[in-house]
Amino acid sequence: MAQTAEVIHWWTSGGESAAVKVFADQFTKAGGTWVDTAIAGGPNARTAAINRTIGGNPPTAMQFNTGKQFDELVEGGLLADVDAVAAQQNWKAIVPPAILSAVTRNGHAYAVPINIHGQNWFFTSNAVMAKAGATEPKNWDELFVALDKIKAAGFIPLAFGDQKGWERNMFNTTLAGVAGAEGFTAFWGKRDPAFVKSAEFRKVAETYRRFKAYVDPGAPGRNWNDAAAMVIQGKAGMHIMGDWAKGEFTAAGQTPGKDYGCFVLSNHGGGYVMGGDVFAFPKPKNAEVAKAQALLATTMMAPDTQIAFARKKGSIPSRQDVDSKSLDLCAQKAMGFVADKSKQIPANELLSPPAVTGAAEDVISAYWNDATMTTDAFVAKLVTALTQTL
Amino acid sequence: MAIGSRLAAQTALIPAMLIALVVYCGSTGWTIWISMTSSRMLPNNNFVGLRQYEILFANERWQVSVQNLALFGVLFITLALALGFFLAVLIDQRVRAEDLLRSVFLYPFSMSFIVTGLAWRWLLDPTLGIAKIAHDIGFEGVQFDWLVRQDRVIYTLLAAAIWHAAGLVMAIMLSGLRGIDQEIWKATRIDGIPAWRTYIFVVIPMLKGSFATATILMATSVVRLYDLSVAMTNGGPGIASEVPAKFVMDNLFERQNIGLATAAATSMLITVVAVVAPLLYAQNRAAARVAR
Repeated sequence: MAQTAEVIHWWTSGGESAAVKVFADQFTKAGGTWVDTAIAGGPNARTAAINRTIGGNPPTAMQFNTGKQFDELVEGGLLADVDAVAAQQNWKAIVPPAILSAVTRNGHAYAVPINIHGQNWFFTSNAVMAKAGATEPKNWDELFVALDKIKAAGFIPLAFGDQKGWERNMFNTTLAGVAGAEGFTAFWGKRDPAFVKSAEFRKVAETYRRFKAYVDPGAPGRNWNDAAAMVIQGKAGMHIMGDWAKGEFTAAGQTPGKDYGCFVLSNHGGGYVMGGDVFAFPKPKNAEVAKAQALLATTMMAPDTQIAFARKKGSIPSRQDVDSKSLDLCAQKAMGFVADKSKQIPANELLSPPAVTGAAEDVISAYWNDATMTTDAFVAKLVTALTQTL
Repeated sequence: MAIGSRLAAQTALIPAMLIALVVYCGSTGWTIWISMTSSRMLPNNNFVGLRQYEILFANERWQVSVQNLALFGVLFITLALALGFFLAVLIDQRVRAEDLLRSVFLYPFSMSFIVTGLAWRWLLDPTLGIAKIAHDIGFEGVQFDWLVRQDRVIYTLLAAAIWHAAGLVMAIMLSGLRGIDQEIWKATRIDGIPAWRTYIFVVIPMLKGSFATATILMATSVVRLYDLSVAMTNGGPGIASEVPAKFVMDNLFERQNIGLATAAATSMLITVVAVVAPLLYAQNRAAARVAR
């Protein structure tokens, strides 16, 4: 008797659907029947999944970002734990602690951490960098030297898809790079007004806004993949994005190292902002569903699935005991960061609930777009946004 | 007999009334209740009084949204009425190809706001569309960047919305104009009154009904303004083209903050009621006076 699993996810782009097909194929091979419910757009998919779960018609599994997005479902007793699978595969030994704790609530694992994404990568066009005589920067001062060189050579220095979420991601990249892990967690985790008012944070804010001078006038509203394409086509020098952007480079037939460069930039060493995706399982209605959920969880975390999925998705496996030699250069770098705790920073989604993130995002966006907003005003508004939610 | 048929009619209305009561009033009441709780992703009954409203009105994005809606609403209704009426007058001159022109003017209305928003976004994009055509034919100096300017972006939404609605206003006005008694035109002609004065001082007052209909139709599209902003600018640059309905939707879903979202929705409801109630009251009184 085949076990049927309906899975809600938001992987609809080319690289993403190829990646999710890995899960579907492996699940079928293991004897299950995969029913695919792809809903475009993360918030849309999560809303649909949450509504169905509350409404009593839950899917078998649903996707979230690693972090706090499913907190209230756990508190409301709507999710089944995956402790059995976690114990059987010994996640404690093979999953990085930060990722494991992000799926654990009160000692129980409530989601399968299927991958790890770095959110603050710089991608560079080797051709443009060479023509401009720029080299890969080693710190944030050198970064702006390189951007100036690219600008002087007549290219767009920074390809940017100027939408609110990416403005926040660029801000986070700056925060991680300039203020390090301590600053990043003080901001999103503790939401400490003292840090936001500090001189160190002012430096982050002003550095963030320096990027504005390196972005072209067509940026507002542009999609991130169109921005990545500008680097691929050699029109722009750099792009700041999570490692999912690699999918675009791969699809265009480019190889890391040869055609494009990838690096994480921090003044404090390491500085890899680590997030990812998970699948959570609503409380099953009967034993059949529970069995399908267990099979799905086991399959998703199986070593060969992990590698095959990561290669298509641009992420790296959440299991650290798999053979990662077949992954590309950027993924190799990422594996190095993930292996060393001092080089990681937990992502925004791991530290703050969506309501706080959203309120802060509005302020970050206003600061980026409104050249007349002073850093003082920015700081004051951020303190309100970070502290004022119920 | 008369009583029996009234009873039957009232019985037949019960389901509709129940739906209105439970679905509309019930949901509205529930929304108002949730706005006074600390609900985030899931609704809860943890009463916090008016805290959500304090947060809401201190929120800069909400303030910008409300200002945008007020500016947009006034300008949109005024300009669309003016343009629609003007088009209707032009067509009313018994022009050739009237049918074709009417269809052309009405055509934008058949498109959704999403399509309208996308088309206008491409037209107004500073690196594509109009600006690019101007550059390509040699006008290098042409700069049209309102779509990406915080202080101007709301006017680009306005232009798209007027383009979308003017045809409908024209159709409503035209049917009004065609309903005007030819005797009136003859009378004004005999008196030697120029046509433009007749339109302004005689025809417009007679078209009160058409104006009211068009205004109400447009007012509803002002309040639910959402998809145009999403498709054209997604609220940007920054928060410059945010609107209240988008604030509600974002907080309801993406931000898992339904307490704040329902507070915003309730504020919108109160505003609409504050505007509509006096109008309805005036209308009822006028109707009562006529009946007497």
